[in-house]
Amino acid sequence: MANQNGETNLAVLTAGWIKQNPTFVQVLGMCPVLAVSTSAENALGMGLATLGVLAISNLFISFVRNIIPNEIRIPVYISIIAAFVTMVNLLMHGYTYSLWVSLGIYIPLIVVNCVPLGRAEAFASKHGPWKSFLDGLGMGIGFLGAIMLIGITRELFDAGTIFGYHIWSSAYNVFVVALPPGAFLVIGLYMGLFRYIGKMRSQKKVQGDESK
Amino acid sequence: MNANFGELFALMFSAMLVYNFLLSRFLGMCSFFGVSQKIDTAVGMSIAVIFVMVVSGISAWVLNLLLVAWHIEFLQILVFVLVIAALVQFIEIFVKKTNPVLYNALGIYLPLITTNCAVLGVVFLNLNQNYDFLQTIFNTVGSALGYALAIILFASIRERLSIDELPPVFEGMPAAFITAFVLSMGFMAFNGMIKA
Repeated sequence: MANQNGETNLAVLTAGWIKQNPTFVQVLGMCPVLAVSTSAENALGMGLATLGVLAISNLFISFVRNIIPNEIRIPVYISIIAAFVTMVNLLMHGYTYSLWVSLGIYIPLIVVNCVPLGRAEAFASKHGPWKSFLDGLGMGIGFLGAIMLIGITRELFDAGTIFGYHIWSSAYNVFVVALPPGAFLVIGLYMGLFRYIGKMRSQKKVQGDESK
Repeated sequence: MNANFGELFALMFSAMLVYNFLLSRFLGMCSFFGVSQKIDTAVGMSIAVIFVMVVSGISAWVLNLLLVAWHIEFLQILVFVLVIAALVQFIEIFVKKTNPVLYNALGIYLPLITTNCAVLGVVFLNLNQNYDFLQTIFNTVGSALGYALAIILFASIRERLSIDELPPVFEGMPAAFITAFVLSMGFMAFNGMIKA
């Protein structure tokens, strides 16, 4: 089990964190990342909801993967994901009402987020339940990290706070960041930054190899 | 049916320009970045989306009457997703039989609409706002036209941008996001058009 496809459990779990990050590398599931990242709290709620749906639907789809006829697998996956999204929606309505209100239609829209369906198709339909669960968890953590990073950045530059805690005075605020266009700007700049860091690191590696 | 036509058109234009689906509500982002490299594919995608959006917006409104009548509103998410998936499949078969030229032009974009959140998004927006039948139609058509306008504009800019020299770290996706930022800023100017 541990080496079913030559991938260790740890590698499966960590793949989605940086190397195959759903947001910054695969550019999937961008709608919630752009729409509900106006504050760190909203971003955390959305990230956790998506994480839960991803991990559980991946686990479940992997359990039933051998009894689903190939032709109708996509509708079956969508129904399974929709069932778990409904549960998350009702749970959030019951326990975190104010968060449920501020996330609005973006909770039901987790169903059509490309990440859960993409992972079901690309991973859970081919791997065992434990690995699929780890993959969903890993991708979910990657998604959570990305949306939190953007949420914290936007809240910091909009109100000078993080999770409502005062960081700096409002004199440093950039007005546009909280508006819809700001979401595009922040993500674009982060993508550029990550690519720059990746380039610097690979250059260093090449130089290191040469000096040997 | 007490809303007059002036209000209905205001609703349509605000859905199209002020609350543009792509640039201010962020629905349908995958297709916005995925199929906007060329104007042709963007046009094909917009036609498919307009079609599916309007048909599913209307059918979801009718179906919701049944769900409410039977007190099973908690099934909304599941039912609407399956309705959209079935509709897309049906439209695909229909277009393939009746208009092979259009079918080839749309290519893989037609099945992909199932997971386009713009379609499910407009359904939930209509329901949350408690629109009546006419309002639903006008809001859905406005949203669909807004989608087409934004993605075609964006594709035009990207096509022009692809022959320019950019800083290497910004080539591709980062540049696309910065472009979307500028376009979105432009659309914010429409905010003054509609009184809140």
